[in-house]
Amino acid sequence: MTTSASQTAAAEPGARAVSLASMGRRLRRSFSSRALVPYLLLAPFLTLFICFFFAPLFYAFSQSFYRVQRSGLGFGPPQVVWAGADNYLRALSDPEFLDGIRRVILFGLVQIPVMMILALIIALLMDSTVIRFRRFFRLAAFVPYAIPGVVAVIMWGFFYSPGFSPIVQLFNMAHVPPPDFLGPGMILYSIGNISTWEFMGYNMIIFFSALQAIPQEIYESGRLDGLTEVGVALRLKLPLIRPALLLGLLFSLIGTLQLFNEPQILSRLSGSITAHFTPNIFAYNIAFVQTNYYYGGALAVILGLITFVFSFGFLRLTRGRSGG
Amino acid sequence: MATTQADVDLGAESTKPSRGETNERRIVGQRGFSLKNLAGYIFLIVITIYCLTPLYWLAIAATKNNTDLFNSFGLWFKDFNLVANIEQLFTREGGIYLHWIANSALYAGVGGVLGTIISVAAGYALAKYQFFGRGFLTALILGAVLVPQTTIALPLYLLISKVNLINTYWAVLLPSLLFPIGVYLARVYANAAVPNELIDAARVDGAGELRIFGRVAMPLLLPGMVTIFLFQFVAIWNNFFLPFVVLNDPNYYPVNVGLATWNFDPAAHELLFNLIVTGSFLAVLPLIALFLFLQRYWRAGLAFGGVIG
Repeated sequence: MTTSASQTAAAEPGARAVSLASMGRRLRRSFSSRALVPYLLLAPFLTLFICFFFAPLFYAFSQSFYRVQRSGLGFGPPQVVWAGADNYLRALSDPEFLDGIRRVILFGLVQIPVMMILALIIALLMDSTVIRFRRFFRLAAFVPYAIPGVVAVIMWGFFYSPGFSPIVQLFNMAHVPPPDFLGPGMILYSIGNISTWEFMGYNMIIFFSALQAIPQEIYESGRLDGLTEVGVALRLKLPLIRPALLLGLLFSLIGTLQLFNEPQILSRLSGSITAHFTPNIFAYNIAFVQTNYYYGGALAVILGLITFVFSFGFLRLTRGRSGG
Repeated sequence: MATTQADVDLGAESTKPSRGETNERRIVGQRGFSLKNLAGYIFLIVITIYCLTPLYWLAIAATKNNTDLFNSFGLWFKDFNLVANIEQLFTREGGIYLHWIANSALYAGVGGVLGTIISVAAGYALAKYQFFGRGFLTALILGAVLVPQTTIALPLYLLISKVNLINTYWAVLLPSLLFPIGVYLARVYANAAVPNELIDAARVDGAGELRIFGRVAMPLLLPGMVTIFLFQFVAIWNNFFLPFVVLNDPNYYPVNVGLATWNFDPAAHELLFNLIVTGSFLAVLPLIALFLFLQRYWRAGLAFGGVIG
């Protein structure tokens, strides 16, 4: 690093001498402007950030305090009137909204542990010394992450449709009645399967990268103490990659709260997916199907707030516990 | 932890760091097939089948016509109609599918390139300058990483319709330029790959600050920029919710929204099955290609995990 600096200087002795002669003037000039440079470099990003992050959130927030009122018997022109906290109070007691929240919590309680454990086992096997063809296995597990979510749902939708699905065909060949993947009893599991398929490899790579960053010598003492490979994995590796595990968990929780694409695209195939299946689908239907932007805005703000409080609370809690 | 990981991956020329580690580990453990690791292999084979079967099915299904899609076994070939399907796909509704692909390439390509430059400028500023508000901005951007696109999409729609940009390229392109993870990664890379001594030396030589960024820092950050571009490209190509809400004219759709509308269309649906399948298959190919050719950069990006936690 310092070598490259001295190389530059050595390569251009003439330029160096000239610059020394005028250094005082140049330093003075650069000091006065240098204070502005970071802001200049940040300006494009901050402009975007304000226009497409803060402004929309602020606008939705301000809209959420209004509602549409139809005058008289409902025949007059609709008027936008101040609603105070009405939209928020309505959301917090709206059974359809609460139903969606309950459903994504239930969904997360099953899907996230299953996916995380599978991803962790794969990552540990990838990091172990006894498995061959690890590169191939790693690629295979990660490929689904590169598939557009819409295509993933369309594909699995075909796998779930009776009369089309190769899985149903296999059941029929074995003369076993196929399960109704799109029925009310199974639909949540069917969606969970799509999420797991899409994001298991992503979590695996996060865990695997963390495992690879740990020096091998740390495990040697464990092996010398007579720990088996499984013992090394559970006693030594897991605690060391805790930050990566928590990060994967956090992203999974956020994704679950925001569940939209999978149920929305599957809803054409399954009558079990209602207009309030998840909080995000509910907000979408309120805003775009019922065109109630005011209530929709309030729902978006609540969802954003839940996610935000959740992530920060989670980060603080876990950081506090690990003592750093 | 992962700072070093990203550092290693970025610093490596053509030899992959994992290869070196593998050699080292070969000495430590006993390899090959034994009863002890049979369970591990079985598990990995099952996982591989699970992960690849849908894609295998998609590739097979793209070669079938509508009758065979319904009446033949899904996991094996019938008559080979891939070319006919592609012909039908490319000519349907005046070639709208190719138009969608071009739109996706435009959104993801232009958005990815511009977005990467914007992110790197911001990340470099946060890493290499002391200025008022630096700590606050860094925390703010980290917070923004945790706010998912879906939360912003609905408010964005409200604002975009307010300024009359619904159904324009701008409605998708402009918000897509914003990529807080990119800034975060750029900051990590700038800390790791651009030595302060080099910047100071360039200053002593009389180079202006912006020139130092463009001529000294950017070349060093190039591998990191490829990673950010890759992630942003894929994020935009795969983004569904934003284009879905801010566009309703099919001429502006990216390919995934186009496919989803064909999939939603109850009347045309059955007739379109082979086109949806073939269209999905073709839309996946560029991403698989990107993924296979640029694997190293994927890992460099994902390794930042340890830093945040």
